[in-house]
Amino acid sequence: MKITESEVRNVADLANLDLTEQEIARLAKDMDEILTHMDALNELDTSTVEPMAQVLYQSEETATLRADEIIPPLGSEAALANAPLAGAGYYKVPKVIER
Amino acid sequence: MNGVASLTIEQVQAGLAARQFSAVELAQSALEFAQAENPKTNAYLHFSPERALAAAERVDKKLAAGENAGPLAGVPLAVKDVIVTKGVRTTCGSRLLEHYIPPYDATAVVRLEQAGAVILGKTNCDEFAMGSSNENSAFGPVRNPVALDRVPGGSSGGSAAAVAQGTAVVALGSDTGGSVRQPASFCGVVGVTPTYGRVSRYGLVAFASSLDHIGPFGRTVRDAALLLETMAGRDECDATSAFAPVPRYTAQLDGEVAGTRIGLPREYFEGLSSESGDRIRRAVALLEKLGCEVRDISLPATKYAVPCYYIIATAEASSNLARYDGVRYTTRANTETLSGMYRATRGQGFGAECKRRIMLGTYVLSHGYYDAYYLKAQKVRALIAEDFRRAFSEVDAIIAPVSPSPAFKIGEKIDDPLEMYLSDIYTITGDLAGIPCMSVPCGRTSEGLPVGMQILTRHFDETGMFRLADAFEKAGGFAGSN
Repeated sequence: MKITESEVRNVADLANLDLTEQEIARLAKDMDEILTHMDALNELDTSTVEPMAQVLYQSEETATLRADEIIPPLGSEAALANAPLAGAGYYKVPKVIER
Repeated sequence: MNGVASLTIEQVQAGLAARQFSAVELAQSALEFAQAENPKTNAYLHFSPERALAAAERVDKKLAAGENAGPLAGVPLAVKDVIVTKGVRTTCGSRLLEHYIPPYDATAVVRLEQAGAVILGKTNCDEFAMGSSNENSAFGPVRNPVALDRVPGGSSGGSAAAVAQGTAVVALGSDTGGSVRQPASFCGVVGVTPTYGRVSRYGLVAFASSLDHIGPFGRTVRDAALLLETMAGRDECDATSAFAPVPRYTAQLDGEVAGTRIGLPREYFEGLSSESGDRIRRAVALLEKLGCEVRDISLPATKYAVPCYYIIATAEASSNLARYDGVRYTTRANTETLSGMYRATRGQGFGAECKRRIMLGTYVLSHGYYDAYYLKAQKVRALIAEDFRRAFSEVDAIIAPVSPSPAFKIGEKIDDPLEMYLSDIYTITGDLAGIPCMSVPCGRTSEGLPVGMQILTRHFDETGMFRLADAFEKAGGFAGSN
């Protein structure tokens, strides 16, 4: 057993994810099976291998700074157009600080 | 207009030049045809007639003024719904983004439209590109146009189906673990995953950032190559886009493949369904006839690719999907507290597969498990990349299957996530190594289901990959297979 239902609840907490009892039971089963399969990696000795975080490509030019030119921004109206709730140029969320 | 379903880019250009049709007429009949055909496959989630006709009008105006209207002038294009389009709804196949109207265009979309392409609409896909069957879309599965009771593959199932069905000439997809090549093989079209960084991902909704690519679909190698050369190249909006100059791939489809050294990785032919294996071996025999030198090679880390990939991809996904918390993107569950809002929005909004991946990714990154899973997977990834580096010192190209079996039935694997993940075995290695790879049709099974052959080459050697694929196509490798 790689993972219990109680551990599934803890991970869901970390992920800010509401799950139903049914989903928790199903995830415990699925994750157990998948994590067990992932154990296959332990067959490999990787003690001398450097981890690869990103694909490296060779390229002569590496300058990543562009000319310092002003480019028109999106603007708050366009940026907020998809907000579920906005006002005064901001995203609005449930109150977090009590006065 | 007749024949809209089988046009190539070249034929569109010839038709416009000969005044057989205008770009607007072509756009209208393509839209009409696509909308009429769509109920069969559910390939498109929504159409963009206004944007299509405006683009077509610009092409007609340029042509009337005697100006160059671009290499893709008037070409009907479908765009996977994980690639943002300004003013045109972009859902990522998710309830969470059902009403999301992006305020900007992806760079790939901008470049293709500047070259004259006409976007007909947005194509269905697995939710946030997570899936191998297109059954994880919140808006219903896509049916394979070749066999309507079967999946088109995923996650770019809608784009592959649209090109196979003829409701678009070419399409854009995205590939993180095979999401372009596998549906291309299932639907019998050409699908390309370029070198990591070759095409800007600005405007591609992120799934796993160290693995995500935008890639083209076409009915011919030339069409896919033309699409890629038009959209590839450095983009200031994507720091991971490569500076390397973009060759004109289409100018080098000269059929000169004699002497090309081809490697067949033996690990990729174990566990392959016999019919798919047979089609690929016949394809290899044809390449030998064209003068290619074929030899067996070994990529020993292959068997570790699935666990390696599903650790890295889910880890990155859990981080990338954190942004859908009810604050910014249209959908919010109303609750009293901020943390309740995050949890409920995500709990109600994400489908089962996204939840599974968020959970796996959060688990493998969590305290106490990071070294055992995530760090270990990054090291195994280095071994997989090293396998390819070593192989490419001996051969110029690798030929492999795309998928262990042809398109499966809708519903066949949906209840077994591990089984579904294992079917990605032949495609995820290319993404992990970041090398260019593509699927080209190489025949059909006795049931008439398409089989794809995969070609993989060195970083940035799309030229060699396309040349080989094109020579294969011209030698009759898949002529008439559709």
